[in-house]
Amino acid sequence: MKKVIANREIDVNEEGYLVDFKQWDREVCECIAGECNVVMTEKHWEVIEYLQDKHHKDEPLSIRGIKKSGVINIKEFYELFPGGPLKKSTLIAGIPKPKSCI
Amino acid sequence: MKNLVILGAGTSGTMMANHLVSKLPKKDWKITIVDQYKTHYYQPGFLFLPFDTYTEDQVKKEGKKFIPKGVYYIQKKIDKILPEENKVALEDETLSYDILIVATGSKIAPDETDGLLGPLWKKDIFDFYTYEGALALRNKLREWEGGKLVVHITEMPIKCPVAPLEFAFLADSYFKNKGMRDKVDITYVTPLDGAFTKPTCTKALNYLLKEKQIKIETDFAIMEVDNDKKAIVDYVDREIPFDLLVTVPTNMGDEVIERSGLGDDLNFIPTHKHTLQSKAHENIFVIGDATNLPASKAGSVAHFQAETLTDNIILYTKGFKLKQEFDGHANCFIETGNNKALLIDFNYDQEPVHGTFPFAKIGPLKLLKESVFNHWGKLAFRWIYWNMLLKGIPIPFVGRNMSFKGKKFDIKADN
Repeated sequence: MKKVIANREIDVNEEGYLVDFKQWDREVCECIAGECNVVMTEKHWEVIEYLQDKHHKDEPLSIRGIKKSGVINIKEFYELFPGGPLKKSTLIAGIPKPKSCI
Repeated sequence: MKNLVILGAGTSGTMMANHLVSKLPKKDWKITIVDQYKTHYYQPGFLFLPFDTYTEDQVKKEGKKFIPKGVYYIQKKIDKILPEENKVALEDETLSYDILIVATGSKIAPDETDGLLGPLWKKDIFDFYTYEGALALRNKLREWEGGKLVVHITEMPIKCPVAPLEFAFLADSYFKNKGMRDKVDITYVTPLDGAFTKPTCTKALNYLLKEKQIKIETDFAIMEVDNDKKAIVDYVDREIPFDLLVTVPTNMGDEVIERSGLGDDLNFIPTHKHTLQSKAHENIFVIGDATNLPASKAGSVAHFQAETLTDNIILYTKGFKLKQEFDGHANCFIETGNNKALLIDFNYDQEPVHGTFPFAKIGPLKLLKESVFNHWGKLAFRWIYWNMLLKGIPIPFVGRNMSFKGKKFDIKADN
């Protein structure tokens, strides 16, 4: 389905996650962040870039990975993306959220 | 004479030995399989042990029985893989290989969580991902008088990602049958954003939690187990109290992978997702739980992988290009309690859908819907595992790649 983000039509799935990463840019990112009540700071960008890098290497995202990332510790991760840090940060990063098999 | 060495005689390794023994020319290839343990466990059965549905004898057999004639079986500990020398060091000898298949699986690492192995471990805290853990939990459940049961996943990825949810469903039935469901409060705790994480499944299956009165806590990343308070605590100081904690600890690849410098930070080996060749070494192939693939860590996945990997090993020995074939196909029964089960069929890209399996319109199994027939399927699978799957005998009408015949794409978004 389509959703207008940053005045552009973007392809998203039922939960609002981007389907095509090529449509992601900083403007789209800031708009989605705004919808999640997150104001992007330098630290947020660093985390987003780390997650995108992991995703593009086909490496699974996990809280444990964050702990070992050297970018941020887990308490900070929760502070930057309150509520559900992995699901919110991946939404903002334009990549799929971590899933189980069902 | 060339050497093909398989490390691990679990589900994947045993299947590969059985596939390859008839496909690789005997005059050119010697096949060796190494595993330190004598016993082969039917791991899906660990889900049923705690509820007294299966007995010990039904889930274990001697591993050697399933290794075909013509394959050399070595029961020894693996010390280290030396990929630059094409050698594997065992406890007291060294094997050379031309092709190596790593099938060393994954296992729980409870020491990765602070406080998990504290005073309450095996008293009020149990796992069911090991034979010993499942039996200890069975003994506990037999005499437990009720209270707060917390079923918990530490972090992903885990072997059989749906097993903890099945555990919660079966626990509901178990306590109902014992006439004590009113004395038990069941909470399911997950690091993900729901018990069901794929939109099709959320829509089709969310009713199950309500129907079974299972409470859910999502986005819970455990920091520690507080043994004094009897609670699990996350990084934002959320506390979930328990009387009985059934946890799935962190799952990791074998230590031999770490010792050999071949894994990621969970000791899983970076692997090409469609060919099953390791990313670092072209003569090392990886199968089953040992890979880092974004597929489920499950026997059915290993079964489909084994068919592709067999073809790719043969292609590799002849110097041909490998097939980009494996699609992440998984096909799993999910117990929902009351002698019913679901069946799901999916791959890397396609979420589980409605429909029939394996025959379009006929079934007899129904996808993503509860049925008694699916439950029988799950129980029958134990026989299939010992008698067909391990031996590499094809399961009729079930293809290695996901088929779209008989599938209904009728689960739509609400908006």
